[in-house]
Amino acid sequence: MTATTAGVLFILSLVAALVAVHKPFGDYIYRVVSGSEQSRMERGIYRLVGVNPAAEQSWGVYARSVLAFSAVSILFLYGFMRLQNHLWLSLGLDPVMTHGAWNTAVSFVTNTNWQWYSGESTMGHLVQMAGLAVQNFVSAAVGIAVAVALVRGFARSRTGDLGNFWVDLTRITLRILLPISVLGALVLMAGGVVQNLSAGTEITTLTGGSQTITGGPVASQEVIKELGTNGGGFYNANSSHPFENPTTWTNWLEIFLLLVIPFSLPRVFGRMVGQVRQGYAIAAVMAVLALASITLTNMFELTGNGTVPQAVGAALEGKEVRFDVSNSATFAAATTLTSTGAVNSFHDSYTALGGMMPLVNMMLGEVAPGGVGAGLYGLLILAVITVFVAGLMVGRTPEYVGKKIGSREIKLASLYFLITPALVLIGTAAAFATGNNSTALNVGPHAMSEVLYAFTSASNNNGSAFAGITVSTPWWNTALGLCMLLGRFLPIIFVLALAGSLARQQPTPASEGTLPTHRPLFVGMVVGVTVILVALTFLPALALGPLAEGL
Amino acid sequence: MRLPNWLAQHLAALRALLVFTVLLGLAYPLALVAVGRVPGLAEKADGSLVAADGRTVGSALIGQSFTDPDGNPVPRYFQSRPSAAGDGYDPTATAASNLGPESVVDTISNDPEESTRSLLTQVCARSRAVGELDGVDGRRPYCTVDGVGAVLAVFRADGLSGPVTRVVSVNQVAPATPFLTSYEGVPVELAQPGEDYVAAGGLVTPIRGDAPADPAVPADAVTASGSGLDPHISPAYAELQVNRVARERDADPAEIRRLVGEHTTGRSLGFMGEPGVNVLELNLALDREFPAR
Repeated sequence: MTATTAGVLFILSLVAALVAVHKPFGDYIYRVVSGSEQSRMERGIYRLVGVNPAAEQSWGVYARSVLAFSAVSILFLYGFMRLQNHLWLSLGLDPVMTHGAWNTAVSFVTNTNWQWYSGESTMGHLVQMAGLAVQNFVSAAVGIAVAVALVRGFARSRTGDLGNFWVDLTRITLRILLPISVLGALVLMAGGVVQNLSAGTEITTLTGGSQTITGGPVASQEVIKELGTNGGGFYNANSSHPFENPTTWTNWLEIFLLLVIPFSLPRVFGRMVGQVRQGYAIAAVMAVLALASITLTNMFELTGNGTVPQAVGAALEGKEVRFDVSNSATFAAATTLTSTGAVNSFHDSYTALGGMMPLVNMMLGEVAPGGVGAGLYGLLILAVITVFVAGLMVGRTPEYVGKKIGSREIKLASLYFLITPALVLIGTAAAFATGNNSTALNVGPHAMSEVLYAFTSASNNNGSAFAGITVSTPWWNTALGLCMLLGRFLPIIFVLALAGSLARQQPTPASEGTLPTHRPLFVGMVVGVTVILVALTFLPALALGPLAEGL
Repeated sequence: MRLPNWLAQHLAALRALLVFTVLLGLAYPLALVAVGRVPGLAEKADGSLVAADGRTVGSALIGQSFTDPDGNPVPRYFQSRPSAAGDGYDPTATAASNLGPESVVDTISNDPEESTRSLLTQVCARSRAVGELDGVDGRRPYCTVDGVGAVLAVFRADGLSGPVTRVVSVNQVAPATPFLTSYEGVPVELAQPGEDYVAAGGLVTPIRGDAPADPAVPADAVTASGSGLDPHISPAYAELQVNRVARERDADPAEIRRLVGEHTTGRSLGFMGEPGVNVLELNLALDREFPAR
C-alpha cells in the first residue's frame, strides 16, 4: 500500500468512526444537558458550591457566572504558578515570571492553551495536573455550556431562563468529560503514554552519553487536552513527543478525541430544537469545510513544494517517522479546524501552502467543527448571518429555527463575527509597528506568517504556533494574553445576549416565505458565506505571508 | 447578613474551582498514577525503560544519539535522525528546528557564534556526511558538492529586472570553489563573511543542479523530527546503514537485515502511520547478538 493510500484510509476511518459515534454520543450529551436527575456526587458539589440547582438564570446572570468563574480561575492559576517553587512536586523549578504567568493563566482558562514556555523546564507536576489540567476540563465545559445556553435560546420561548451555569458546568464535567478521560487515559497508557510523578530518570546511553528520561502525570492530561480541544502539551514537543503520542494508533485516537465532541454537538442542537435535520445541516457545513481543508493540507504537504522540501525529497522537517507526512498533515488540519492547537509535527517547517492551511482553518473562526461548544455557537452565528444575507437577497423575512432574526439579533451576530478579525489584524499590525516582529526566527514572508499565525492562534483560542517566533517577552505575553481574553469572552457575552433575546421571542411558525434551513442549498450558502467572509477579511494579510512565499 | 450579589457569585466560583481542583486536579490524576502501578501497565506508565546488563540505558520510546563525546557517529551502531532537542535527543529540551521551507541563506560571520546555518545548508551537510559514512552518493537537489545550500544572490541592473550585474554564491566562503563558474554570463563570486547580500538587493535564487531527484540518502536521515526525540528511522535509512554495521561487527549483512526486520514496526491495522525501525532496540539487539570486536 502506498503512503498516499494509507493516508486516505486514515482519513476515511476517522470519518467513519465519527459518523458512527456522533448520533449515540450526541443523544447522550443531549440527555446530560437536558436532564435534571442528580447523582449523589452532584448534589454534594451543589451543596459545597452553594447553588440551588433548580434555579434558572437569565442571560445576564449566566454570563456573569461564566465571567466570575473564569476570573477566579485566572487569579488562582496565576498565583499557583507564581508560588510553584514552594509547592509539592515543583521539581525544583523557579516561579513563573509575571508576564508569563499572566499569559498562561489566561491561555488555559480561555481554552486556548497557547504556550510560550517549554512544559518540561517551566512547570512542575503539581501546576500541570492541579492547575493547567483542571482548566482543560472546566474551560471545555464552559464552552459546551455556553453553546447549550444559545441552543436553549432557540428552543425556548417567552422566557428569560437559559438554564443554570453551575449545573451545566458540573454535569458536563462529571458525566461527559471525566468518564471519557478516565477511559481514554487508560488506553493511552496501554499505548505507552507515561503516568507517574517521577522528576526524571538519569541514564547513561549506549555510547556513554547521559540522558534524562522525563516523567509526569501525562496520560491524564493528554486525553483531556484532546477531548476538550485544549491542546496544551505536557512537554514542549506536544503530541509529537513519544511520551504523549507514542504510536500510530494513539495518533489516530488523539485526532478522534479532538473531533468527537465538536462533531456530536450539532446532533444535540437538532435534538434540543426538536428538528434533528437542522442539526444534520449544521454538521454537513462542518464536514464539507473540514474535509476540504484536510484534503488540501494533505495535497500540499505530500506534493512538497519549496526549496528545502525539494532538496529533502519530502516535507519531512519537523515530522516524526511514525506519522510521516500524511498523518501529520491530517493532525495539523484537525487541530486547527477545532480550537485544539495540539501538534504532532511543527507547522513552521511545513510547505508554504501546507502551512497556510492551519492558518486559514483558524481564520474560518474555528467552526469546522471548532472547539467544544465554541464551534457550535460560532457556526450558529454564521447560520444567523446567512439567513439574514439570504433574506436581503430574496426579500424573505430572516428566520432561523422558528426565531425571527431582527435588528438586535443581527447586531449581536455581527459584533461576534467582527471581534476576532479585529484582534488578529490590529495585533499583527501592532507587532510590526512596535518592532516586536523581530523575534521571528525566519526571515522574509515566513516571518510575516509567524507573526500572523501567533495572533490568529491566540485570538481564535487555538493555541498552535508557527513555533519559530520567540514569544516569551513581556510585550508578546501581554499582547497575546489580551487577544486570548478578549477573543474568548467578548464573543461569549454576545452569544449569551443573543440567546437571551431569542428566548424571549415567541416562535414564528414556518410559512411559505420561510427559507428552509435544513436543505443542501442552505448548507452550501453557509459554506459560501463563511468562506467569503474569511477571504474578504484575511486575503491581504495572507498575500504578504504564505501566499508570497508559496506562489 | 446577605452578601452583595456579585460577591456571592465570585464566592460560588471560588468554591466551584476548589471542588473541581480536588476532584480533577488531584483525585483523577493520582488515581490514574495508582492504576499505573498495576503489573503490565507499570512498565509503560514509567516510560518503557530498557536495560542492558542490568543497567537502564534509555527508553524504548525515546531516541538517543549514537555518537562519541565529540559528536561523531559511532559506526558500529545504527544512527538516529538529526535532532533539534538541545544538543541532540535531550528530553529536557524537546524541540523542532522550526525553520521554514525557504530557509536557504546562511548567516556567515567572522564570529562562529554569530553564524547560523539555513535549513537548506543543514540538509545538504547532513546528506554529504551520511553519504561519506555509508559510502553512497550524498548529493541532493539544491545542494553544492561541498555540502551547503546551492543558492545565489543575483543582482540585476534595475533591481528585480534587467541584465545581471553581479552574482554571489551566498553560502560559500573562501577557500571554497563557487558551485557555478558563471550565471547568465556573469562570474559567480564567493560570499564574504559579514555581508548581507539579500538586504543589499540580491535576489535569492536556489539552483537545482544535476543531482538525482531521488537521492541515495533518505529524507528522514537529513531532517530533524518534531519532538527531537524520534525513536525511529525509516526502513530505507536502516537499509542504507546495514553494510557499514555488518562490516564493523564482522557479521553477515543478511543477519543484520534480519534484526532490522525484527525491530521494524509496521502500520497499525495496516494503514495508520508509516513503518519505522526502533534504533535503540535494534542497537541493543546488535550488542547482544553481534558484540563488537
